[in-house]
This record gives sequence, structure tokens and C-alpha cells, in this order.
Amino acid sequence: MTTNLLSLRVASQHLLAPVGIVLASMALPAIANGFVLFQATQVMVFAVAILGLNLLVGFSGQLSLGHGAFFAIGAYVAAILMGQYDVPYWLALPAAGVVAFVFGLLFGLPALRLEGVYLALATFSLAIATPQILKLSVLTPLTGGSPGIAVSKPQAPLGLPLTDDQWLYYIALCVTGAQYLLARNLVSSRSGLAMLAVKEDPVAAKAMGVNLSVYKTLAFGTSAAFNGIAGALSAMAVQYISPDSFTFYLSASILVGLVVGGVGWLPGAFFGALFVLLVPNLAEGLSKGLSGAVYGAILIALIFFLPSGASTFRSASLLRTRRKP
Amino acid sequence: MKTTTRRQALRTSAAAMASLLSFGLTPAWAQKTAYPGVTDNEIRIGNTAPYSGPGSAYSTIAKVEAAYFRMVNDNGGVNGRKINFISYDDALSPPKTVEQTRKLVESDEVLAMFNTIGTAANLAAQKYLNAKQVPQLLVGGGATHLVDAKKYPWTLGWQPTYYSEAVIYAKHILANHPNARIAVISQNDDFGKDYLGGLKDGLGDKAKSMIVSEATYEPSDPTVDSQVLKLKASGADVLVNITTPKFASQVIKKVAEIGWKPTHFLINISVSVGAVMKPAGIENSQGILSTAYLMESTDARWKDHPDMKAWSAFMDKYLPGANKADSMNVYGYVTAQALVQILKQCGDDLSRANVMKQAASLNKVAFKLMLPGIFANTTAADLYPIQQLQMMRLKGEQWELFGPIISSGAGQ
Repeated sequence: MTTNLLSLRVASQHLLAPVGIVLASMALPAIANGFVLFQATQVMVFAVAILGLNLLVGFSGQLSLGHGAFFAIGAYVAAILMGQYDVPYWLALPAAGVVAFVFGLLFGLPALRLEGVYLALATFSLAIATPQILKLSVLTPLTGGSPGIAVSKPQAPLGLPLTDDQWLYYIALCVTGAQYLLARNLVSSRSGLAMLAVKEDPVAAKAMGVNLSVYKTLAFGTSAAFNGIAGALSAMAVQYISPDSFTFYLSASILVGLVVGGVGWLPGAFFGALFVLLVPNLAEGLSKGLSGAVYGAILIALIFFLPSGASTFRSASLLRTRRKP
Repeated sequence: MKTTTRRQALRTSAAAMASLLSFGLTPAWAQKTAYPGVTDNEIRIGNTAPYSGPGSAYSTIAKVEAAYFRMVNDNGGVNGRKINFISYDDALSPPKTVEQTRKLVESDEVLAMFNTIGTAANLAAQKYLNAKQVPQLLVGGGATHLVDAKKYPWTLGWQPTYYSEAVIYAKHILANHPNARIAVISQNDDFGKDYLGGLKDGLGDKAKSMIVSEATYEPSDPTVDSQVLKLKASGADVLVNITTPKFASQVIKKVAEIGWKPTHFLINISVSVGAVMKPAGIENSQGILSTAYLMESTDARWKDHPDMKAWSAFMDKYLPGANKADSMNVYGYVTAQALVQILKQCGDDLSRANVMKQAASLNKVAFKLMLPGIFANTTAADLYPIQQLQMMRLKGEQWELFGPIISSGAGQ
């Protein structure tokens, strides 16, 4: 009985922070203007992308320098469905995720043969190829080629008194929340344990009966799906996509966000997203011409002093409570 | 243990909520004025340019514009108001352009956007700016579909479009080589198609009979040698070279190698002697034809021209150490004059609607450093200010202007 009460109190204390954050997030549109909501939406979009990459890198141990490609696939699928086929945005979003998932599987399968730096190189080539593939003339009728595609912002239904920015913010909030819960459940499920085993010790995992190929490929597909959904949301937020929106720099940014947030710590995705989206602006404020150097210096300092990123600050009491007296 | 956990949790949630709320508190508690971006003392103008990233060479344009506005402010500003030129980096990345543009419009509350660099950047921001009814003035890109008075009434063009440049080549061919057999090589994308469209429309009914061979290339192709060979084999005696600098150089070199001597037209963006002609061989580039609408600072003919001397003095005072041979320092100087003209024409009515109205009422204005005879002109239906060019021919290491000023007519 006492143990139950104790665990309930501990649980409610751990829920305080997340619930507080969710409530504050829901209240943000009441005080913030469109631009701030736009930035907040972008942070959430990036957090979803980083969550996806975390599933791959942090929980199944495969490195990817090319997740911007799946982000691009999601963005283009959503833009084409909404623009050319009049598909409503709430269908285009999951469709983008599904298509990205398929591409993730298609890439993950041959990638099974590759490890470490070789996998990194393969994904890097994917990132480099993406803008050029998007500009291919044979695909232009679909992709719009270099000039890109303009995307309409979803509008609030049923005459709700919300601006487009506010409505999209809430959509992003819901999607981000759902993706986060999905990731959390995945990680603590049996499949998640299997993936973790694959990362920690593939030989032991195999000996325990874990099918390496299945889990590694699924990890690729799932993380690609997350990035595809992030890309679709991004297309709706920015209202414009072009091949130049998805260069290698995007893939690198997702990875930077992952490391800054903390590899293997899901909530770190939000810190990573905040870093990647806001620190470059800060750097530009310090020096326009040297903004890249300033950004790099801040990043190096962070990695040096906090190698685990934001996860350094994660509540250690979580670990303590696990130990039974 | 229990108290530390609770304290930690409270601290985390408090910090999180505080950061979220500070997110919301923007400097938008600015004084509300009659017109957005305007006070009694200043006019706020927004701009994005690639200060970092692969296109950072183009940031020179924004820098010289900033310097020009400093000069205007030193001389009293526009109708008593100083220009507050706010320029942000977008690294030529469209999502970043949108973010910075929104920041300029919603946080900095600028009156208008001015000369954002890059076709992609302008396309990215166009829908938003037109929806918000914020003037998108003097766009820094030559793609024709950027400007459409009906579809995008808040977007004002500036430089001659790719389309109109090609129309002028077509007119020159019709006037001077009426029986020409034309071969065209063009980049297989939007930019190349824009030029090709202009060439064909400029030739009109004769396009089908005069163009005997067409070849295209992808920006990712390593060489264009086979295309050049194909074009020569058609027996053409006029070559229209719609390529970017790297490929322009290859074409010039190959044409000389195979002993082909067509009348060679080269598009205006690839006329750099240093980047294109010298690698291809100056002797191979003699006689190539192109167009211009601005004075070149290295052209000996303008050395003693009062406007050129004034520009040189301006550069020395406001941008010491800048490269005077860089044509972007001329481009930015002229474009900045256009903005000042529009603002002057507004007088005290600096509403966005009037800014657009004045932008559509440029009445044959000749800005300093435009070639003599070329002017900016706009109407409500035609938002392409510059539609004239003058032909020039490469002689030695210099481009030599010749012939009359040619007009291409309406942009589309």
C-alpha cells in the first residue's frame, strides 16, 4: 500500500514538468504574435525530425548523415498531394509519413551491409543527391523543378476564430505530442528493447534471438517516417519548398540537434531543435559575416563542456527511484 | 529525496514556462504609428541577402545599398526621414528567407521589403508578402514569372528579365542577320527556359524556320562538348549561348577548337572577362555579343563621366577597401537610387498602398550609372521597370558598347 502511494507521488512529481510545459504551450497563441508562433512551429517540426533520428542513432545504433532526404520526401509528397491533387492537409500529413517510411525501408535494407563510417558515407551521398534529384527534368511536372512549389497553409475548420498561424501551431503541437508519445512507447516496448540490444551488443542480441535485419530496417523506416512528417509540416509552415530547401546542411542540422539534445534521450529533441533554430540567429546578431564561425564556436564549446548535450541535466532521481530499497 | 525531486520538477517546469513565455514577449510593443514602418523620423526598410553560405558573394549588393542609404541619411534623408535599412542573412536558403522576411514584417515592422537577392528567395517570400500586402520592391532576380501585376500586385520587378534579354538578341538577329541559321544551347531548367522562350517569341513566326538546332544540358553535366558538336553539325551560322559562367567558358573554348566561327551571342550573366573569357581564351572570345544596361566601372569610356566620378567618390568615402571592379557595387548603387525615388514620390503618404502606387508610377527615370538612354518606367499593368539593353561586343579584354538602346517591350 505504502509503495503504491509512494510511486504515485513520485509519478505525479515527474508529470509536473511535462504537464506544465504542455499547458504553457497550449496557451502560447494567446500572447504571442504570428511570427513567434511560426518560430515555435518550426522548433516543433525540427524536434520531430530529431526524434526520428534519435530512434535510429540513439536506440538502434545506426548513423545517418542524410535524414534531410526523408524530410524532403515528406515535404514534397505533402506539397504535391495538396497542390496538385487537392488532398486535405490532414490526409497529406500521414501520407507523407507513409511514403517516407517506405523510402526509409528501401534505403535501410541495402544499408544493412554497412556499418559505422561506411553507413555514414552512404547516407551522406543520399543527402548530396537529394537536391539534384529534385531538379531532374523528368520529375519536373511533379516537383516543379528549381522554382519549387508554393504550399497553402491549412485553415481553421468550422469557422473557429483562429488565424492560420495559430491553427498550424496547434496542429504541430498535436502532431509533435503524438510523435513523442509514439517514440516513447516504441522505445520502452519489446521492439525498443530489441533495438537497444542491437545497438549495445549485436552479437549478444543475435544470440538472444533478435532478428537484426528486421529491427535495423524497421528502425530506418520509422525514423524516416518521423522525418517525412516533419518535412510535411515544414512545407505547410513555410508555405514554399524548393530543391534548395533540402541541402546537406539540413541533414547536418538534424544531427547537430540530436547531439546537442542528447543522443538516446527523447526529450532532448526539443532542446536540440531550440539550439539549431535560435543559435544561428544569435550568432548573426553578433557578427553577420562570421556568423558561421560564431555558431561553430558555440557548438564546439557545448560539445566540449557538455558531451551528453542537454541530457546531462536529465533528472537523475529517475534512476534512483528505480532501485528498490 | 522526495523534496529534492519536487524542487527539481518545479524548477524545470518553471524554467520551461518562463522560456516559453519569454518566447512570446517580442519587441513588438513598439509605438503604433499611422503607417507600419514609418515614424516622423525614420522609414524602416527590410532586406534579406546571403551573407553566409555559397552565395555570399552576392551580399556585396546589400552592403553597397546600406552604404548608399547612409549617404542619403547624411544628406538629410528622404523628405526629412532617415532610412533604417534592416538586412538579415538568409544564406540563400528559402525557409530561412521566409523566416527572416516574417521577422522583418512582424517583429521589426518594416514598411516594405527591398531587393531581396535571389530568384528562389523572392519566390519563397512572394506569397506571404502579397497575402500580407507588404510591398516586395525591386526583386533581385531576373526570372520572368517573379513579376505578374495581376497575380502579385505587391511585387515590383527591377532588372531586365531573362526573357526580355533574349527578345533583344532575337531583334538584333532579325535586323542584322535576317537569313541566319540559329543554333541554341540552353540550361535545362527554369532559367534556361525563360531565355529560350524570349528568343522564340522575339523571332515570332520566323522562329521555326530560323532555329535549326537546339541543345540542352543539365547543371550537373561535366561537359557540353557533344552538344556543341551537334550544333555545329547543323550548319548554323549564329549561336545563342544560354549558359552559366562555367559552361559558357566550355562552349567558347570548344567552338574555337572545332574551327566554328558563328556569330556568338552570350547571355548577360556570363560576361565576366575574368571568370569566363580568360579561362576559355581571350583570343577565342573576340567578337562575342552580349548586352548591358549599367555602366561598367572598368570601362575607359566612363572614366571622366560625372556620375562615375561621383560613384567612385561615394565608394571611397562609404565603402573604403571595397572592390571597385565588382559590377555588383554598381548594381546595388543604382537599385538603391530606385528605392529612394519611390520613397521621394510618396511624399508624406507612406502607406504601403501608396508605396506600391508610386512603384507603379516610375516615369522614365534615368538613374545615375544607367547607360545613357536607358531608364526605368512602370505602369500599373507593367511592373518591370527596366526593359532596355544595349548591345556590346568583346574587343581585346574590354566590352565595347555599340548600336542603339533596344527595348524589349512588355516583360511577358
